[in-house]
Amino acid sequence: MTKIHVKTNINGDKVEFLTDPRETLLDCLRNHIGLTGSKEGCGTGDCGACSCIFDGNLVSSCLVLGVEAEGKSIETIEGMAGEKELHPLQKKFIEMAALQCGFCTPGILIAAKALLDRNNDPTESEVRYWLAGNLCRCTGYDKIIKAVMETAKDIRETA
Amino acid sequence: MAKDELAKDFKYIGTRPNRPDGYDKVTGRAKYGADVAAVGMLHGAVLRSPYAHARITSINFEKASKLDGVKAIITRDDFPVGIDGDTLNLLENTIAGEFAYYDGHAIAAVAATTVHIAKEAINEIEVEYEVLPHVIDVDEAIKPDAPVIKNNARDFSVPEGSSPNVASYIEFGTGDIDGGFDKADLVKSGRFKTEAAHQGYIEPHACMAQLDHDGQGEMWVCTQGHWYIRQMCASVLGLEASKLCVTPSEIGGGFGGKTTIFIEPLALALSKKSGGRPVKIVMSRAEVLRATGPTASASMDVKIGITKDGYLTSGSVEFRMQGGAFGGSPVSEALQCAFAPYNMPAAHHIGYDILANRPRAAAYRAPGSPMAAFAVESLIDEICTDLNLDPIDVRLKNAVKEGDKSSYGPKFKKIGLIETLEAAKDHPNYSISLGDNQGRGVAAGYWMNHGGETSVSVSLAEDGSVNVTVGTPDIGGSRASIALMTAETYGIPYDSVRVNIAETGALGFNEPTHGSRATLASGKAVYEAANQTISEMCQRVARKWQIDPDAVFWENGYAKPAGANAGDFSPISIKQIASEMDQTGGPIAGHHEASIRGVGHSFGVHIADVEVDPETGRITVLRYLVAQDAGRAIHPSYVEGQFQGGAVQGIGWALNEEYVYGADGCLQNAAFLDYRVPVASDLPNIDTIIVEVPNPDHPFGVRGVGETGIAPPLPALANAVNAAVGARLRSLPMSPGKVLKTIKTGEDGC
Amino acid sequence: MQYHSPSSFNEAVAISNSSSGLVKYLAGGTDVLVQLKIGTKSPDHLIDIKNIPGVREISLRDDGGYTIGAAVSGAQLTDHKELSKKWPGLVEGMELVGSAQIQSRATLVGNLCNGSPAADSVPGMIAAGASVSILNSSGTKDVLVEDIPSGPGSTSLKNGELITAINLPKRNDYEGDAYLRFIPRTEMDIAVVGCAVNLSLENGFITTAKVVLGAVGPKVMLAHSAADCLVGTKLDDNILSRFSAKCSQIAKPISDKRGSAEFRKDIIGVIAQRAARKAYDRALGKY
Repeated sequence: MTKIHVKTNINGDKVEFLTDPRETLLDCLRNHIGLTGSKEGCGTGDCGACSCIFDGNLVSSCLVLGVEAEGKSIETIEGMAGEKELHPLQKKFIEMAALQCGFCTPGILIAAKALLDRNNDPTESEVRYWLAGNLCRCTGYDKIIKAVMETAKDIRETA
Repeated sequence: MAKDELAKDFKYIGTRPNRPDGYDKVTGRAKYGADVAAVGMLHGAVLRSPYAHARITSINFEKASKLDGVKAIITRDDFPVGIDGDTLNLLENTIAGEFAYYDGHAIAAVAATTVHIAKEAINEIEVEYEVLPHVIDVDEAIKPDAPVIKNNARDFSVPEGSSPNVASYIEFGTGDIDGGFDKADLVKSGRFKTEAAHQGYIEPHACMAQLDHDGQGEMWVCTQGHWYIRQMCASVLGLEASKLCVTPSEIGGGFGGKTTIFIEPLALALSKKSGGRPVKIVMSRAEVLRATGPTASASMDVKIGITKDGYLTSGSVEFRMQGGAFGGSPVSEALQCAFAPYNMPAAHHIGYDILANRPRAAAYRAPGSPMAAFAVESLIDEICTDLNLDPIDVRLKNAVKEGDKSSYGPKFKKIGLIETLEAAKDHPNYSISLGDNQGRGVAAGYWMNHGGETSVSVSLAEDGSVNVTVGTPDIGGSRASIALMTAETYGIPYDSVRVNIAETGALGFNEPTHGSRATLASGKAVYEAANQTISEMCQRVARKWQIDPDAVFWENGYAKPAGANAGDFSPISIKQIASEMDQTGGPIAGHHEASIRGVGHSFGVHIADVEVDPETGRITVLRYLVAQDAGRAIHPSYVEGQFQGGAVQGIGWALNEEYVYGADGCLQNAAFLDYRVPVASDLPNIDTIIVEVPNPDHPFGVRGVGETGIAPPLPALANAVNAAVGARLRSLPMSPGKVLKTIKTGEDGC
Repeated sequence: MQYHSPSSFNEAVAISNSSSGLVKYLAGGTDVLVQLKIGTKSPDHLIDIKNIPGVREISLRDDGGYTIGAAVSGAQLTDHKELSKKWPGLVEGMELVGSAQIQSRATLVGNLCNGSPAADSVPGMIAAGASVSILNSSGTKDVLVEDIPSGPGSTSLKNGELITAINLPKRNDYEGDAYLRFIPRTEMDIAVVGCAVNLSLENGFITTAKVVLGAVGPKVMLAHSAADCLVGTKLDDNILSRFSAKCSQIAKPISDKRGSAEFRKDIIGVIAQRAARKAYDRALGKY
């Protein structure tokens, strides 16, 4: 099948790739660009492990075609940490043991960041509903929710 | 709220440092099964049976093989013949022979230059099936008119006259059963059923394999146990195990489901057939649900006798479990767990392992224990209600303790059930008042824990830091716990220890990270190996000081003279010893290989509060408490994490997870959309109490903590629902439709 | 599969008409990409309408109603304060579709075109009396949303026809709508049953009522006889229980993996009753 040339921006870098139009953005990130931090847990938008920010919006990258990335701006887990240190959520997740196997973690961090970027004072219930599209089978969510709440508190206190 | 009986000061154990693999896992750098690629790599795809039971009359892949980019197609013909016993079952499940035994059973596999071509090729393979009658339900499978799945499935244990679908039979007991029931003031019995549940790890199975015609190969695979993968792949492919090198990737959850083979031998066979090119296979979620895991479904009869003041007199169980078309349900473990928490003067156990046209059951967290707990702990709750007795008091009256002989044989050493019951009873959750349609349920659970074959090594780096090499993949923080135990043993900082997970060539055999054994067994072995190096270091220091090695002892990272008689020497640090290694005898390393014993049994007690919508049958979990004996919590955060994760898997199993089959025997809910694992908004916080009654057979008192937590939620929630709205569900899951029916009609769902 | 990204609706329809094989329009993609992934529908041509100017806009018309572009996402609807205030039931129906990730992409039009009887946003649109603007090779036309679904997974749209926007009528005082669904979990499930209710009041009495039931028949259905129970009343408990019984009676559900017909019949009445109460309170301006 003829491939399509896509020019896009990922984590601040200009990126070009060729894609079969049937491939998802997740396929392209993982197989063409080498960014394997976004995971495929279901491929049908039910688990959130492939969460990315696509032109400012939280998406499941398995439900976006690679060709749709043309001219867009994409943030993945690989771009979440700063040059000098981790994002506060990343740090808090390690400190509070909010991950076990770590497979859902990139998606959950991206989704949690998307939430805190728009609301740094969410209720616990808001956090739980916002993260309902991110399945975690190891932790029972308890420590994840607490880590997000704690990070939000830290962000508010340093703001 | 740790209850510590054996007070002992630890410097590192019991602290909560950052896990060593934390950075990798929050930045997306950690490499999981599907994250690797190799030069020249091909992509594999698997053709799966669309029928629950069928004879495969022909497979024609001529068209498929002509597609541009297709490099190899394999069927059962590409595997050795003459295999029997358990290995034949493994092979049959990996790829069907004459019969497809379940919807999703692998029939053929393709390797091609792209995933899309591999999938196209799968669609071009023509298979003719003769569809055969199927059976899905465990009770249906042993009815006289049930379709016979295999003619020679039964083993020596099965009594004459049993259904041909019974693969094995087990019976054991103790005491005077009938006499016990005669002494009881109340004898109660009931039938209980549980549906199959999938482990539901978020990472689908993935592997990359390479195999040459000379029989040497390599694999990269997400697994709980790469030696198991090596052993199983070698046996079904007729290879020599040592020629296969298996490297575990990071693993995205397993819960027992990643301790066996599915796609791995297919990838190896495809690689061999395509001239040794690496082949990667990644399962889709639908494949995971249709063809891997799940646990068994169960139908269980329980009878319990009790005095009016709450002392158990006698108990009997008959458990029937189907674990798919090849046998292997955890019915034996279920029987062992059934009455394990209690001093049952007489106990009788019967179990049937039954075949059905479902995928081959894999281990799932405390295999068998959740079903047994559902049946027994629900019935005990019914008894408590009938006799108006406090459910924790009744359990306390009958709880096993040190020196008691368990219901299934072994004598308990020091155990913590009583302490755990007391801790749960003292927790505020047990006394919070409840509103309308709200109810509280209590249940206990048990897992015997496991040690198993273990090999580790430790080595001293030239700067005095320590490398630890283990063979148990880190599925939930075990690098951290092993580093803590290592740091404690040497008396060196936690950050000076690096824990590596080695491939199969680097260590002797290791069982997987299963049975709650990684921290327990690898930890115990690392303790031994580290002490080997400590004794070597003491010997070298003794030579330097020219004193007897016995006069040197080790403390806090230093070799020291043992008292005034040994001489007046300044302690020598591990750093200095390391820096002088090459002059004192060369590298310092230790290793330990053993079948680890003394695992320390683990008991848990859960308290669940629910609210039931009486108009729709929907259950909301309001609050939840897990109390469990950890022996010793090496890294308390990850112990809590095990408690919480186990509890939530149990909650999912109890409420909404189930395999839904159509009349055609095909799985209807092979997606996370309809296989409903709990989501974040379904749950409250999961409160935890770590009870610490140290395991006397472990250097740090560890008991495995991973598994027990999944068992109590099933009965605890059923008991809570009954307390809330007077509806006794004896069948799981307690999906809203079933609950509403029970509320309206009183039927228990069985 | 060929991917097209036209810059106008006319171009989109022209591509569709000149293409052979299975042609699908792509807006949010949350159904189309799933079908592609699991292999149930593999289009030969995929026409992405998201780069058409205006397609992601919500605009207030001169007549006081809203026009919602075909690619407006659920998140955009929720973030639109005025629209959410006027049509809370319609907006919450859309908001219930999937996760936060899905909300960034999924659209009302996509949910409608998927043709599912369990589509969460469709009952609210029908109850609101919404229409869609359809473009085909002979021009544009307006069709009521209730006329679009034609059966499980199918719609009355002809090949090549493209929905360009959804039109909501003007909202008046003392009107209120609500949508409730029943799912086993709290999120991420498909509705077992769903019900939208839209009411107008005068002095506390219901003057007009629309009741729409989801997942209890081959398509989302208007329940006229149930709505009739409400008109002229102040929604007391007697009325509500009659209404509830009526909804259960007219529901014609099937049994499937998401619930038995018996269960669906039971709870549609419960859910409808709760939705009616909520819509009524909203019409009174309570929240």
